[in-house]
Amino acid sequence: MTVKEIFETMEYGPAPESAADAFAWLVDQGDRFGHFIDGAFTEPGEGFLSKNPANGETLATLSQATQADVEAAVQAARKAQPKWEKLGGHGRARHLYAIARLLQKHARLFAVLETLDNGKPIRESRDIDVPLAQRHFYYHAGMAQLMAAELPGRAALGVCGQIIPWNFPLLMLAWKIAPALAMGNTVVLKPAEYTSLTALLFADICRQAGLPKGVVNIVTGDGAVGEMIVSADVDKIAFTGSTEVGRKIRAATAGSGKALTLELGGKSPYIVFEDADIDSAIEGLVDAIWFNQGQVCCAGSRLIVQEGIAEDFHARLRTRMDKLRLGNPLDKCIDVGAIVDHTQLETIKRMVGQSDGGEVYHARVDMPVEGCFYPPTLITGLSPSAALMQDEIFGPVLVSTTFRTPSEAVQLANNTRYGLAATVWTENVNLALDVAPKLAAGVVWVNGTNMFDAAAGFGGVRESGFGREGGWEGLSAYTKPAGKAKPLDPVAAFKGDKAPVDPVDRTAKLYIGGKQARPDGGYSRAVWSKTGELLGHASLANRKDVRNAVEAAKGAGGWSHTTGHLRAQILYYIAENLAARSDEFAHRLNQLTGGRTGAKEVEASVSRLFTYAAWADKFDGQVHNAPIRGVALAMREPVGVIGALCPDEAPLLGLISVMGPAIAMGNRAVLVASEPFPLAATDFVQVLETSDVPGGVVNILTGPHAELAPTLAQHMDVDAVWSFSSTDLAQVIETGSTGNLKRTWVNNGQARDWYGPEGEGRLFLDAATEVKNVWVPYGE
Amino acid sequence: MMTDTANSSALAQLPQTVAHARNPGLPLDMDWVRAVQANTSAIERRAATLPGRRSVKKDHQAAWLARAISCIDLTTLAGDDTPGRVRRLCAKARQPVRADVLDALGLHGLTVGAVCVYHEMIAPAVEALEGSGIPVAAVSTGFPAGLSPYRLRVAEIEESVKAGAAEIDIVISRHHVLTGDWQALYDEMRDFRAACGEAHVKAILATGELGTLRNVARASLVCMMAGADFIKTSTGKETMNATLPVSLTMIRAIRAYEARTGYKVGYKPAGGISKAKDALVYLSLMKDELGDAWLRPNLFRFGASSLLGDIERQLEHHVTGAYSAAHRHPMG
Repeated sequence: MTVKEIFETMEYGPAPESAADAFAWLVDQGDRFGHFIDGAFTEPGEGFLSKNPANGETLATLSQATQADVEAAVQAARKAQPKWEKLGGHGRARHLYAIARLLQKHARLFAVLETLDNGKPIRESRDIDVPLAQRHFYYHAGMAQLMAAELPGRAALGVCGQIIPWNFPLLMLAWKIAPALAMGNTVVLKPAEYTSLTALLFADICRQAGLPKGVVNIVTGDGAVGEMIVSADVDKIAFTGSTEVGRKIRAATAGSGKALTLELGGKSPYIVFEDADIDSAIEGLVDAIWFNQGQVCCAGSRLIVQEGIAEDFHARLRTRMDKLRLGNPLDKCIDVGAIVDHTQLETIKRMVGQSDGGEVYHARVDMPVEGCFYPPTLITGLSPSAALMQDEIFGPVLVSTTFRTPSEAVQLANNTRYGLAATVWTENVNLALDVAPKLAAGVVWVNGTNMFDAAAGFGGVRESGFGREGGWEGLSAYTKPAGKAKPLDPVAAFKGDKAPVDPVDRTAKLYIGGKQARPDGGYSRAVWSKTGELLGHASLANRKDVRNAVEAAKGAGGWSHTTGHLRAQILYYIAENLAARSDEFAHRLNQLTGGRTGAKEVEASVSRLFTYAAWADKFDGQVHNAPIRGVALAMREPVGVIGALCPDEAPLLGLISVMGPAIAMGNRAVLVASEPFPLAATDFVQVLETSDVPGGVVNILTGPHAELAPTLAQHMDVDAVWSFSSTDLAQVIETGSTGNLKRTWVNNGQARDWYGPEGEGRLFLDAATEVKNVWVPYGE
Repeated sequence: MMTDTANSSALAQLPQTVAHARNPGLPLDMDWVRAVQANTSAIERRAATLPGRRSVKKDHQAAWLARAISCIDLTTLAGDDTPGRVRRLCAKARQPVRADVLDALGLHGLTVGAVCVYHEMIAPAVEALEGSGIPVAAVSTGFPAGLSPYRLRVAEIEESVKAGAAEIDIVISRHHVLTGDWQALYDEMRDFRAACGEAHVKAILATGELGTLRNVARASLVCMMAGADFIKTSTGKETMNATLPVSLTMIRAIRAYEARTGYKVGYKPAGGISKAKDALVYLSLMKDELGDAWLRPNLFRFGASSLLGDIERQLEHHVTGAYSAAHRHPMG
């Protein structure tokens, strides 16, 4: 076309970013890659091809890691770790800073290589992925620097196995490696097999940055390599990917003592109220579901629009979709690039093809003849019962439904197994700030979408996984309390055959929904003193009692919306009523345990209740300093229903140490009392009954831990399970938790000093809360 | 001497021969006005990414820059304007780019969209542009503040039309917007439009003085309801002139108006656009948000004085491959 012709047609024309430097780098590496282990690349081994999804061209040959490769990488990391940790915060900060600088110096090379490998538009890799990756290293260089001063008593976990997905190859690498290294860990990372090239370039950068050998190790390969890492001698697994694989990793690591964080799938709601800036909300959708071809775990893939504006909204949205430009990802004038691989493309086609009802609209855009492309798609008129409203598609497909009222919008939004992100559009600040906390999600964006920053934690609730990446809240995923724990010996119940000590028989029941309840099974067991006297009978709860207790706890949801002040008042009242009966409880404890520490335990219990009464209105969230004009509010929200197997060895203090943080933070608790010494807990029921604790907030069961733990762990309406039992239940609880991927906190058979500082405080409060980041950009 | 192509494009920019039906306006619809929202933060974020989302290279860039020239309202609005100065500007309007450069591009005959002057300079401009097909636009209604007696403002329009202005750039009363008196704004605009008769009317909102993007969106809508042919950002005399967020807000209003009424209204960002690169961003914004119809001078104008110089240098660079210098291009 001549200039004169273009002057008339005013078409865009090609504007390709040059791939010459990226290809030159690949050629320099011989177009074949080994693994990066102990500071050097290994000889390329048996492998597979890495292809450009936009045109099918082969970019390089990669090696499939063997068991020996993974072991060598873990060994290198293990060997390097102590020295890396001892290097100190400042020393590590200097390395992280150097990496950040090098990422910046090679920014365009990373961006072009990422686009070649993944198929995402160059605009996104250049303007979003790469700058955010740099930002994570800068931010965490600062965290390394501040660790000693700001995180006293925390230490590195050790060696972290990290497995990342193909949708944001370099960015996910940065999210994983930067905090791990900052806190003194070393890593073995496996990029996705479709997209390993920027990780290998990053390895090259690590050499240039002079990073000590073995601190970062990168092995390539498919899911089998991931499995090898999961079962290797590592201290932690961090995984980002599908919920299906996340579940498998949870099951595989159950009982291993390995720390685990999972960042999984989503079907994130995108709520548009009728008073929203509609054009901006539509533009937001472009960034929500057509960003990275919709291959985004937190993609706003479920449009929930107010009924009165739905028709107009959909019409305007279709018009907008038709304006999207799809094609060569390296073209600087392209909005939507290639789907990462044919397999993924087929999955998208199949899922949309099987759509049960709804009206499917494909954007009227020019489609490239070759390569993996799928047009931006909108499916309207679906109801929550439609499979596509529930299942993650992981492609450029938006599904839509309507609502009538704010509360219905929240109901629809939360009608999902996932809980990663949510978006809310309204010009009404009252509505926005009312709805945001009610949404089951780790991140909520108000009048915007897909905003990310290293300063604000990212991660989900429900089956979207657990753990946060970024911000102060993300550091707990890469640290543990310093010091060595002692093993916890099983505490057995006493046996006996002597007469009862009480002149009048007392009946210890279960405490469910604010009422004393007989056990469903109708069985009890005798509780004997050390010297063999009969102290009483304790009910033996069964799975139906667990069900009833969880139902009661679920029904007491109002507790989560009470004020911290009110919860503090009630905790103080419990303490008051317990203190009034100190002697009686001290006596009971001495009888039960056969010791003389009853009075001390009651005293510590009263103090602990004061601690959590104190914390109830003080465990504040944060306002993160994200680089926007606006605020990122890190809100502390209760986890929900927490089931806990209470410590056996401290029958009253243990129960209160678990109950205190749970209810102080607004959770409802199902507590399984000390198995050998259950009667302190059943006595304590009377204290609860006289202390204005609403029914269902605290539920107490007695019975065998090993029998009740699986039911609690598998219950889909329980949000977290903790175990401090002297029976090691880590395996059974973590395995059971895979169903709804509930949070677990288990002692792995290690003892805890319930009287000392490790028996209370922030660790418990962290476990009793989820951090939700609510992004509120502002400006008029 | 003009080629057919250039001739037809020159004619196309005459408001009297536009392809689309002129916006007749409609009764003030306050429900619609009140429902309009503009989320500043979201609009700013969208605007910030616009330059990174589109790129026009090589021959396409040259063609697009030439297109930008065809949409320029070449403007002089200074107290020391004289007939001689205006004649010089008009000569530049006829021949905005050096002939050898235009020949190399095959765009011989390219002219700017219009010449924009104060009332007193209409006559010399009309005379200087005779036969070129380039319309004369006059700023009016007590430009730039718009606070002279109402009667005189209406009369000023009538005088300018009588003097030969084919386009009238009126300024709205900002106080109507700032006090939320949409009826008064509507009535004023209606009167101005009526006074223009066959001449096309551009409503200057002076967005830098309206306080919020929401006000910009609502004022845009009210002016269109009252029959504006174009909505324009600024007088060039405010401290804040055309910006991408303001443009996005006004363009969305134009789109909504067309969707509801079927009438196309033109857009003119004015002031602050001085680089060829900025012009490309604006053109892509018009293309993507409104459509190709808004890439023609009958629906899109740049109110700019220094933009042309930068484009001239870029075009010479395109032709020769060497970066250009300002003194190599004739001044206007």
